[in-house]
Amino acid sequence: MNLSASPFGRFVAEFTRNKTATVAAIVVLVIALLAILAPLVAQQDPYDLASLVLRDARRPPGYVGTSGIVHLLGTDSQGRDLLSAILYGLRISLQMGLLAGAIAFTIGAVVGCSAAYRGGRFEAVMMRIIDLQLSFPAILLAFVIAALLGQGTWQLIMALVFAQYAYFARTAHGAASAERHKDYVEAALSTPLSAGRVVLRHILPNSLPPLIVVATVQVASAISLEATLSFLGVGLPPTEPSLGMLISNGFQYLLSGRYWISMYPGVALIILIVSINLVGDQIRDQLNPRLKR
Amino acid sequence: MTAALLEVRGLKTHFPTSSGIARAVDGVSFTLERGEVLGLVGESGSGKSVTGFSLIGLVDEPGRIVDGEIRFEGRDLVGQPTKELRRIRGRDIAMVFQDPMMTLNPVLSIATQMHLALEAHEKIGKEEARQRSIEALARVGIPSPEGRIDSFPHQFSGGMRQRVAIAIALLHRPKLIIADEPTTALDVSIQAQILAEMKALVKEFGMAMIWISHDLATVSSIADRIAVMYAGRIVEAGPVGQVLRSPRHPYTQGLLDSLPTRTSPGEELAQIPGTTPSLINLPSGCAFAPRCARANAECAVIPEEVYEDARRFRCHHPLPERSTP
Amino acid sequence: MLGFIIQRLWQAVIVILAMSVLVFCGVYAVGNPIDVLISPDATQEIREQVIAQYGLDLPLWQQYFGFFQRMLHGDFGESFVYNMPVTTLILSRLPATFELVLFAVVGASVIGIPLGMYAGYKPESRTAKLIMGLSILGFSVPSFWIGLVLIMTFAVQLGWLPAGGRGETAELFGVDWSFLTLDGLKHMVLPAINLALFKLAMMIRLARAGTREIMLTDTIKFARAAGLSERTVLIRHVLRLIAIPLVTIFGLELGSTLAFAVVTETIFSWPGLGKLIIDSITSLDRPVMVAYLMMVALLFVVINFCVDLAYALLDPRLRRARA
Repeated sequence: MNLSASPFGRFVAEFTRNKTATVAAIVVLVIALLAILAPLVAQQDPYDLASLVLRDARRPPGYVGTSGIVHLLGTDSQGRDLLSAILYGLRISLQMGLLAGAIAFTIGAVVGCSAAYRGGRFEAVMMRIIDLQLSFPAILLAFVIAALLGQGTWQLIMALVFAQYAYFARTAHGAASAERHKDYVEAALSTPLSAGRVVLRHILPNSLPPLIVVATVQVASAISLEATLSFLGVGLPPTEPSLGMLISNGFQYLLSGRYWISMYPGVALIILIVSINLVGDQIRDQLNPRLKR
Repeated sequence: MTAALLEVRGLKTHFPTSSGIARAVDGVSFTLERGEVLGLVGESGSGKSVTGFSLIGLVDEPGRIVDGEIRFEGRDLVGQPTKELRRIRGRDIAMVFQDPMMTLNPVLSIATQMHLALEAHEKIGKEEARQRSIEALARVGIPSPEGRIDSFPHQFSGGMRQRVAIAIALLHRPKLIIADEPTTALDVSIQAQILAEMKALVKEFGMAMIWISHDLATVSSIADRIAVMYAGRIVEAGPVGQVLRSPRHPYTQGLLDSLPTRTSPGEELAQIPGTTPSLINLPSGCAFAPRCARANAECAVIPEEVYEDARRFRCHHPLPERSTP
Repeated sequence: MLGFIIQRLWQAVIVILAMSVLVFCGVYAVGNPIDVLISPDATQEIREQVIAQYGLDLPLWQQYFGFFQRMLHGDFGESFVYNMPVTTLILSRLPATFELVLFAVVGASVIGIPLGMYAGYKPESRTAKLIMGLSILGFSVPSFWIGLVLIMTFAVQLGWLPAGGRGETAELFGVDWSFLTLDGLKHMVLPAINLALFKLAMMIRLARAGTREIMLTDTIKFARAAGLSERTVLIRHVLRLIAIPLVTIFGLELGSTLAFAVVTETIFSWPGLGKLIIDSITSLDRPVMVAYLMMVALLFVVINFCVDLAYALLDPRLRRARA
């Protein structure tokens, strides 16, 4: 197959020209794969309480545990293998980021596109609300909602979605209202096609590129937000130990010099977020016509 | 014999791009005497603007002057350090741009912008700068400049804005002014005013001017000599009357034929067939050959320049000279 | 200009009203403060007495109106936990947050804008790429983790700076400030850096994007053609042109950081507003939560208003349109 023939092929070709972004994309894929395969890859199920030995707790990297496992990154306060805990944590963090991102994407796209499509008062009021919401920092909104709703997976996802949908909505609205007034959409609207179809078939597809850019950034920021909230104690319940919670658990041992319990989950988190952002940056540059000469 | 004010020899400005080298200017030579007005004509993409920017060393990235020399008052500007070039810009060679909406800084007052331009070349106090600026604005025909100098660009009309830009360019009474399509973005009635204004100012100051335009009509009314550019080269040059009355290069003829004034009402305008070639994959011979009715196998070789009196052209099959009526 | 101000004020009032309803209902939904107020083994009588004392037996709308009336007088009730008027409590915590935030945001701008402008001025240079790499890092790395690293490096390993607290304070205008004493400054360094890093990354990116776009315009070409030095071009032309979005962000950031230095304050035990709100949420201290959220809403309304004004002052095009 000739790659450069299809638009997607050209996109990939241009993307791979940026080495940093390519490496970042590979890192993201590897992390995703590791997260999905965590139960197979990890040498220990960190949440099988039977396999934990308290004597192994808070051991430094390289420690050989009672059961003969080499703890490459050390163990945490309950004797868990930190590397295994990180792999499981990545799984939860990615899950949360993607779920929250996908829901926020959907709600935002629907709100933004329909506001652009309906126009008039509806558009004015909706966009005013969204602008207002955007003037508050996302983390503050997420924090308040998470605090109000209490601990729990879905509560946290709702908090993240509430904090993030407005970014999608504004982007979708911007792109869609530019599209809405183009001749071909006006033409499509004058035919007896249903309004929903026009939005779905014409307005939405053309708003996709900017939305995809926002999506990459927002998934990364959802992961970071989730970690922050979990660190502050308003995030996930202890039964769902994301990276943020691992870091939080290790915080109290930091001052006594047992750095690894907090440090390595943090490093994993950062590699993930930085890689996603690098990929997002490159996609944005590629989709931004203003930077094209 | 004193040297000409400006002598450009074999100037080549190339832009390396991902798909090859774009030869925007590819061997341009011309001479400009003091007080002389040269009209540099061509379609968009012919390299006329890049030629203008090359003269003051302001070619956009990633463009580079790769060859040739630009002798200004005998001194070669190519390869001069930025600091030297900066000393010449605005003081000896000034430039006016196409769109006055884009050239003036929207968030600085006219007074500030003029002060900055003055300060660039001399130590000057605020009061004196203001006085000089007001005089300069008055000279380009801005009514009650004392009252308007503290205004911002958006408070002026397009024509007035271009006058302000011209006033800034003339602040240091440069020896050469490069006008890059300064009337193209303006209304037709304003165009004529600015044109007349420029003509008068050039005469008054004894400046030389390079008037870059795609519009033969404005060029014919302001220039002493004309140079027609095509695909990075000057294909024909000479005194404006002679060239326009009896063009020798088929491209010049084509440009003239597509002018509405040369056709009787109702008659269809003549067009030059085809489009301007890509500067990256230029034909190996005469770049105009693919669009030229007179072209044959000979045109696969770049034609040498033919000199005839004050005129020159590059063509294997020049049009016959028309006798003056 | 006056019409613009009146319109904005009107909008602000509506926002505040809407926020007060939202906040009140939202906070009302969280937990049962009675459990916090009274020890579990108190008698039923005492329970009811306390409930009546705080007006918790009234219907929701009556509670709201009571709350709203008192709020207009600047009275947010008493903290359940600290047993002192909430307004006093918040005001006593405000200076700590304020000085921290101001140092962080000003520092980030002073360092970030020149770096960003350089990166936009020479986008292909090594330095520019290094600056951008750092800014991506600053953007991506969650600030709580940076806080941990800072503590680990400078407090635990090197022992140069204290890991938490406000240190010694000195009084000015009847308020205690840390930045007036050497010890206080020492305590402020790490949390201020922690807060500033994200802002720094953002300032760099904004300044770079603006500079990059503006450098390509004819305005800059014209300025250069007039013989202006690169320095003058950058400082007088480019900086003025990118100042408009930067001032907006500066204002918004000042506000959002004031409202949300929560993470940094928690990590460095900085006794400011952020720590107060975290504590009040975990202890279900309702009046504090309500007052804090209302204050944040008010703060944002005020900041947005000021940013609009600044915009109007910096951009002569808008100045005329609104005059």
